[in-house]
Amino acid sequence: MDYVIEMLNIRKEFPGIVANNNITLQLKKGEIHALLGENGAGKSTLMNVLFGLYQPEKGEIKVNGKKVNITNPNIANDLGIGMVHQHFMLIDKFTVTENIILGKEITSRGKIDMKKAESEVREISQRYGLAVDPQAKVADISVGMQQRVEILKTLYRGAEILIFDEPTAVLTPQEINELIQIMKTLIKEGKSIILITHKLKEIMEVCDRVTVIRKGEGIGTVDVKDTNPNELASLMVGREITFKTEKSEAEPKENVLEINQLTVKDSRGIQAVNQLDLTIRQGEIVGIAGVDGNGQSELIEAITGLRKTDSGSIKLNGKEISHLPSRKVTESGVGHIPQDRHKHGLVLDFTIGENIVLQTYYQKPYSKFGVMNNKEIYVKANSLINEFDVRTPDEFTLARSLSGGNQQKAIIGREVDRNPDLLIAAQPTRGLDVGAIEFIHRRLIDQRDQGKAVLLLSFELDEIMNVSDRIAVIYEGKIIAIVNPKETTEQELGLLMAGSTEKKAGGVN
Amino acid sequence: MKKRKFGFALSLALAAGTILGACGTSNDEGQGSDKEGNKEEKPFSVAMVTDVGGVDDKSFNQSAWEGIEAFGKENGLEKGKGGYDYLQSQSDADYSTNLNNLARQDFDLVFGVGFLMEGAIGEIAAQQKENQFAIIDGVVEEDNVASILFKEQEAAFLAGVAAAQATKTDKIGFIGGMEIPVIERFEAGFLAGVQAVNPDIKVESNYSGAFDKAELGQSIASKMYSSGIDVIFHAAGGTGNGLFKEARDLKKKDPSRELWAIGVDSDQTAEGIVNIDGTDHNVIMTSAMKRVDNAVIDLSTKAKDGNFPGGETIVYGLAEDGVGLAPLNEELENKADIESAVADWTDKIKNGDLTIPETTEELKTFKAE
Amino acid sequence: MSSRLQNILVPVIAVLLGVLVGTIIMIITGYDAVAGFIALWQGAFGDSYFFGETIRQITPYILAGLAVAFAFRTGLFNIGVEGQLIVGWLAAVWVGVAFELPKIIHLPLAVLAAAAAGALWAFIPGFLKAKYRVHEVIVTIMLNYTALHITNYIIRTVLSEKSDRTESIAESASLRSPFFESLTDYSRMHWGILIAIICVIIMWFILEKTTRGFELKAVGFNQHASDYAGMNVKRNIILSMVISGAFAGLAGAMEGLGTFGYAAVKGGFTGVGFDGIAVALLGANSPIGIVLAAILFGSLKVGALNMPLQAGVPNELVDIIIALIVFFVAASYMIRLIIKRFGKKGEK
Repeated sequence: MDYVIEMLNIRKEFPGIVANNNITLQLKKGEIHALLGENGAGKSTLMNVLFGLYQPEKGEIKVNGKKVNITNPNIANDLGIGMVHQHFMLIDKFTVTENIILGKEITSRGKIDMKKAESEVREISQRYGLAVDPQAKVADISVGMQQRVEILKTLYRGAEILIFDEPTAVLTPQEINELIQIMKTLIKEGKSIILITHKLKEIMEVCDRVTVIRKGEGIGTVDVKDTNPNELASLMVGREITFKTEKSEAEPKENVLEINQLTVKDSRGIQAVNQLDLTIRQGEIVGIAGVDGNGQSELIEAITGLRKTDSGSIKLNGKEISHLPSRKVTESGVGHIPQDRHKHGLVLDFTIGENIVLQTYYQKPYSKFGVMNNKEIYVKANSLINEFDVRTPDEFTLARSLSGGNQQKAIIGREVDRNPDLLIAAQPTRGLDVGAIEFIHRRLIDQRDQGKAVLLLSFELDEIMNVSDRIAVIYEGKIIAIVNPKETTEQELGLLMAGSTEKKAGGVN
Repeated sequence: MKKRKFGFALSLALAAGTILGACGTSNDEGQGSDKEGNKEEKPFSVAMVTDVGGVDDKSFNQSAWEGIEAFGKENGLEKGKGGYDYLQSQSDADYSTNLNNLARQDFDLVFGVGFLMEGAIGEIAAQQKENQFAIIDGVVEEDNVASILFKEQEAAFLAGVAAAQATKTDKIGFIGGMEIPVIERFEAGFLAGVQAVNPDIKVESNYSGAFDKAELGQSIASKMYSSGIDVIFHAAGGTGNGLFKEARDLKKKDPSRELWAIGVDSDQTAEGIVNIDGTDHNVIMTSAMKRVDNAVIDLSTKAKDGNFPGGETIVYGLAEDGVGLAPLNEELENKADIESAVADWTDKIKNGDLTIPETTEELKTFKAE
Repeated sequence: MSSRLQNILVPVIAVLLGVLVGTIIMIITGYDAVAGFIALWQGAFGDSYFFGETIRQITPYILAGLAVAFAFRTGLFNIGVEGQLIVGWLAAVWVGVAFELPKIIHLPLAVLAAAAAGALWAFIPGFLKAKYRVHEVIVTIMLNYTALHITNYIIRTVLSEKSDRTESIAESASLRSPFFESLTDYSRMHWGILIAIICVIIMWFILEKTTRGFELKAVGFNQHASDYAGMNVKRNIILSMVISGAFAGLAGAMEGLGTFGYAAVKGGFTGVGFDGIAVALLGANSPIGIVLAAILFGSLKVGALNMPLQAGVPNELVDIIIALIVFFVAASYMIRLIIKRFGKKGEK
């Protein structure tokens, strides 16, 4: 038998929608098989069917050629199917070993035999090249390490087929390379892998075959060596996609944002931003590259007035704003697309209209003498919905019921419409599909072309390289290098992000 | 306050007349008796409104209800409309509605049980002048309302005498409900009784602040018993049930331990039974009875006979069988001594040789001789 | 099925289920359910007196429900309505007995005093929550007891000489109305119902029409986003509690100036504040829903008093029904599921 897993003509319905229709996925033994699709295309549903969380309405599943009926995750486990989740399911305060054996503890006389467990974990980690310290606490190890622990968990349970759910979303470029090595070792050891992703580059680099689904429909399976990123993208989206965001040369003019010797503490009281200097001019996009947790969030919160600064100055158009409350900062001409659109960007239980005026509701014409003018609000909302192509039944719909991309478009519409001198975009395309990403990049560049200053924070190096006019690398709360995207490579950026400055010292702007 | 003082002065003045009234000498009754006369063919019906305690509070409301039941049976009445009945209140706001409801159902006499109903009865009596009302433990000055008060201090005094005779540790406890005049009369009388026997006995008083919090009563009792107190008297309605529970629990744990609880309002003996190794013991020494039942029967009978004492305040004391001490527990070592002491003091009070203090203020100048 | 229709259907079904289960309990325990419900109905609407009493009971329920709902719309759980009601009651009566003023001044002053006292009592948990992140549920529960005992102390020592109640308030501060009394055969229905209805409109206006209400709701839904949008989250938390407390204080004024006309030492809570939680829950925290829920609970409560006399059914049964209704609303997920099933069948 050639295939270890066959999902044949799977159909899964939910009230009102068909999440999966006629999808076929066949996994060969020893291959890395990509499952490609936009957000909401039905990838997760399909994997949940395989994992026994959902029962399909139609179609059948075969494991090693035998028809199986997977009614719950335990059956999937017994069949040797293991899932490496995107959001790690680890207990911070437990050690690596404790996390791995959780639920499958080796006991002797009612006590956990930790020595034996540790040696088993060590043995598995060596065999697959997954270097971890079995005794380290999960809270103390890096994100990349934590992911290895997740992989070890599935291997410890005897998984032959591993499903990776968007595994690279949280990793640095170096860590991604290491992960790719790990996946290759796993294949060598006889495992088979399904890789859920929407990143075409990874597919090209590591996968053997790829199955594409679009809007719940199975589009087909192709060999990676017979295809190219453009073809895959158009298969996924259903139309032609341009990758390189077209833009003209930047024409920077006056300084808009000047940050000098800025120091900011995080919520635990630790210095997150440390004597940072940064300048952004009219008509340019400055991208901030860095590994998560190096002070990016605190920097943005400090600029926007959401976090108190410790020392240093932040000037907007020459005016000091570091001591202003966030409302005054907003009024002085700062737009902010926040990192977490659900937590900060939107009140999900408000309508689109109400979200559109989230910062301006108290101003004319949206209110007079403290009384809201709903008519003006919804007229405005309606025009922005049209202008920014927000797909929604109407402006009275709750923000909660929109897709992520449309929520983000609404936020961008709101921020851009205020016509700010400085637009801060923090991970503006996180979790969005190719079409929406394209749209948002276009909007950022439009702002630049209108002479605005744009600060872009992203953990996607592609995005930073593509959209920025200058790249500022942040490491431990400092800007340690500023590079020109045309003159740098991902490798070089990756090294800088890891804190090595020697090599590049000469090239700093 | 003014009202109550005045009412009390009035009650003293009328006390003698009331006793005469019981013998059939009718005062000027006014419309009350007229109304009675007109309804000769219909049986006399009577009802009461309880406070939030309900008729099974093993105390005050229950005693009143027993009186009404006894009266009803004696006169061949049926429970329900046209006979005898009660309505229970679930909050202070319900008093008025319930009283009104009963008056509208043409009950000839409606009792409000508890001082909290003073306001409601006063108001309704003024509106429903055709109906007769009675208030227990309160004073309402309306022509169609009879007010009933008790000399709780006299019963409590006897309980104090008994407690002082029974204690071995010379430490006694008192648990009050809310700090209101009625309860203060209990406290003052009780303290005076203890003092009359042995001024060196220490009495610890504690007000729980509620009449319906058994768990609170239990925790207070637990603290008292563990501090060496061996007799506790409560005047706290349902809260006192916690005292009994604690006493029973302690007795069960250690049958040799000598501890007592004293009940209030009605004879609460039934609450004190503990079964240890097949034999029944009882932790309740006696109860300071407030014969609300007697008063209810007395007043209902008067009203039935056309002698409704509208506008008057009647004070029931030891001499009128309105208050008293329940039979003593057989398990008491010195039961006979206590009995004789109680009998002596009872005579003195009945003779008028001794006036029991009504307030802790009066207690300061009290001399038991 | 639209979510709007569902929001209406859930409480309606909860009420029906509550009544249904209550009926079953009556039958099982050997009571005459039909007679019970007839007595309940007549006890609430049977004649003009009961009708007046029902409205009298509905009045504080509306205000207590508004208090709970207002805080809830801002993401706060004000368990302290009971305590705020008690201090409002006392403040209203205090003003009512302490001054002699023309009615046009005296009555509004007493009503406002109640609102202010309730607001002040609610300010404490609001402030502690905003400033020190102390959970409002814990503080408000504690303050309920504090309110009970402090007001009892004041009644005994300041407003009377060791008596169990204050004097009755001056006629000029009373909400009582001879007009309503004559209309409803001496029920205690009073002008407070108008205050309650005005407050319903005020709440609706604040929440739906003003920028302040916009902020309060935003803070209630998502504090982070409100902070991001430049709103002062702390100030809004305090303000929400203060307004909620003012409604609760007014509920106290209804009792102090309308129903009773005095304040008495209390052995326990009035229960109105806690019933307010049920009213807000059943009314889905919307002004009109609260009015309907208050009407339901008010008539159940008053009607229940008639059940033992007329039908021999203990009035605790109504407490069971109310508890069941609250249970079914709280378990609305279950009901939504049922609606969905039925909806699906209907479509096929």
